[in-house]
Amino acid sequence: MAYKQFVLVCGGTGCESSHSSQLVDNLKKEVEAAGLAKTVQVVRTGCLGFCEKGPIVKVLPEETFYVQVKPEDARELVREHLVKGRPVTRLLYDRRQSHTFVGLDNIDFYQKQVRIVLRNCGVIDPDKIDEYIARDGYRALEKVLFEMTPDDVIKELEKSGLRGRGGAGFPTFKKWLFSKNVPSDQKYIVCNADEGDPGAYMDRSTLEGDPHSVLEAMIIAGHTIGATKGVIYIRAEYPLAVERLENAIKQARSYGLLGENILASGFSFDIEMRLGAGAFVCGEETALLASVEGNRGMPSPRPPFPAVKGLWGKPTVINNVETLANIPVILLKGGDWFGKIGTATSKGTKVFALTGKINNSGLIEVPMGTTLREIIFDIGGGIRNGRKFKAAQTGGPSGGVIPPEFLDTPIDYENLGKIGSIMGSGGLIVMDDTDCIVDVAKFYLDFTVDESCGKCAPCRVGGRTLFNYVERITKGLGKMEDLDQMRDVCHAMQRASLCGLGQTSPNPVLSTLRYFLDEYKEHIVEKKCRAAKCKNLLRYTIEPTKCVGCTACARVCPATAIAGERKKAHVIDQAKCIKCGQCFDVCKFHAVQRV
Amino acid sequence: MSKMTLQDLRNLRDAKRQDVRARDSAGKSIRIIVGMGTCGIAAGAKETLNAIVDAVAAKNLADVLVRQTGCMGLCHSEPTVEVIQPGMPTVIYGCVNAAQAVQIVEQHVIGKRLLDSLICDRPAADIVH
Repeated sequence: MAYKQFVLVCGGTGCESSHSSQLVDNLKKEVEAAGLAKTVQVVRTGCLGFCEKGPIVKVLPEETFYVQVKPEDARELVREHLVKGRPVTRLLYDRRQSHTFVGLDNIDFYQKQVRIVLRNCGVIDPDKIDEYIARDGYRALEKVLFEMTPDDVIKELEKSGLRGRGGAGFPTFKKWLFSKNVPSDQKYIVCNADEGDPGAYMDRSTLEGDPHSVLEAMIIAGHTIGATKGVIYIRAEYPLAVERLENAIKQARSYGLLGENILASGFSFDIEMRLGAGAFVCGEETALLASVEGNRGMPSPRPPFPAVKGLWGKPTVINNVETLANIPVILLKGGDWFGKIGTATSKGTKVFALTGKINNSGLIEVPMGTTLREIIFDIGGGIRNGRKFKAAQTGGPSGGVIPPEFLDTPIDYENLGKIGSIMGSGGLIVMDDTDCIVDVAKFYLDFTVDESCGKCAPCRVGGRTLFNYVERITKGLGKMEDLDQMRDVCHAMQRASLCGLGQTSPNPVLSTLRYFLDEYKEHIVEKKCRAAKCKNLLRYTIEPTKCVGCTACARVCPATAIAGERKKAHVIDQAKCIKCGQCFDVCKFHAVQRV
Repeated sequence: MSKMTLQDLRNLRDAKRQDVRARDSAGKSIRIIVGMGTCGIAAGAKETLNAIVDAVAAKNLADVLVRQTGCMGLCHSEPTVEVIQPGMPTVIYGCVNAAQAVQIVEQHVIGKRLLDSLICDRPAADIVH
């Protein structure tokens, strides 16, 4: 016998702490008492993602959504909704509570996310072009080929306010317009799928889950600026995305959506793929083009900008994957529709890869203007293991840290710039009190120093100098004078580096110095690492009242730094100790202390 | 597959849209969709997918179509499995290992009971339809 209705009670950690399991039990009892046990199933779910208003109860198939339901409400819910068919209005989620930064009418906001770029990810099979087509795929292309002029397209993009999602935030319509206006026998559309920021995988997921959205956008861009060739530059570390793209291109070609005379319109466009070879700097547009041309990936001075003189010296529009994925939707729903989402200067949504010490890590897409607090505590479900939020890092190695005082900042390009960070490509790393902020700066510097192409001295020499300073601080060898020297090097790199890598790699240092100066001072003056991360600053000691003299620590110590007789308290010789932590790991009596 | 004209594309789109709406692909009314983005695969989605395919074959469920999809952003709850079945609400299960995958086939698809503790929600409304 099949159930007719299902009552879903959110069993996520947030709702659980508000007694959702009691609620489940009560509901089951009431359902039983009302004689509905055979037609109504009460189920506990995982986290439904609306933690601030838990416990959540969802009734299916009618899709009724109740919030802040208490265990005592079970009887009323069952009696009124399930028996009498009357929803309990006082518990209903008020759908009129529209999100401040989205002026759209019929989108349900309990979920805080608006998935435009990711509209098809997790919905369609990316290997089946028919599924993309069924969901309005290539309908924007139809419009562009048969109903709009290139100027119309540029106008819609201008109305939309779309800005480059690779991190720079340059108005997309302007880039397309520059290229469109340069007369040339050949032009190119390049998709930057190099996505090098550690922790960022927005583009990877988009390409794996919805490759056609990028293809369609590139064909549209080509038609708009007058290009017949496209190149997707994708990092080789994304084999699945490469495979899905190759498949999509093959299918699009066989349908005549790529190649000669698309849809009998007279317009021809084809796309080839180029794989990167592990260089972060090749995400920088001029280095990328150099790589496509078969040269070592090194940037060149601009102007001239690629839009005017790019690949093989021809006008080239380079756009990030996420920027492109927005294009079909903007053209179908209109620039005005898109412009209603977001803040005054930053329209639309942004995809973030929410990772780090967060409960619900994953890919999210939120309207610009959403606050960091909403992202971390509502969508993200808060800090893992109940620890304290320390900072969020945006923009990867080019970005800065955002301390708790800015949790309520609406996220957009300008606001993030004001507090010393950048939007970046979308990596959003959450840190807690077990993360050492100096170690974070060192991590990013280590990365950018490794990835520096070496062409210009400010980055090549400055980066290494900065890294050395920070590394010495983590080893307890820093001096207070170092901090001013570091700031000088940072400013020199910002002003004189040839490309964005060198110009922005000081950001993590400047940002951490600005907001966490105390932690730097602690490392330098007190030689202390409060997060217990910097190995050289840790002190291992044995608490004599806890030590039973089992000799386990002395036996594993590689430096023979522990002395003691059996059954008597042992002592660590600090002069010999190399701080490997083996004694700490092996002691069963918690006698070895680490400070 | 052959090169299409504008009208061909429009006809194909309308035909496929009906397909999706009627929840009836290739003549099968039940669809089990497994997330196969890199996050899913890293969490074991291939084992989950294989377990489902094997269970469907073992139970001779001719009306079930097993498909894949990309990452839906619930990376913390991979592997994800969505079940679309007439008469049952469409649900997404998270953190599904091979054993739970078999339970989904037995308990949800055949037994028409939702599984406990695993359901999560699609993170946002659909802007396309």
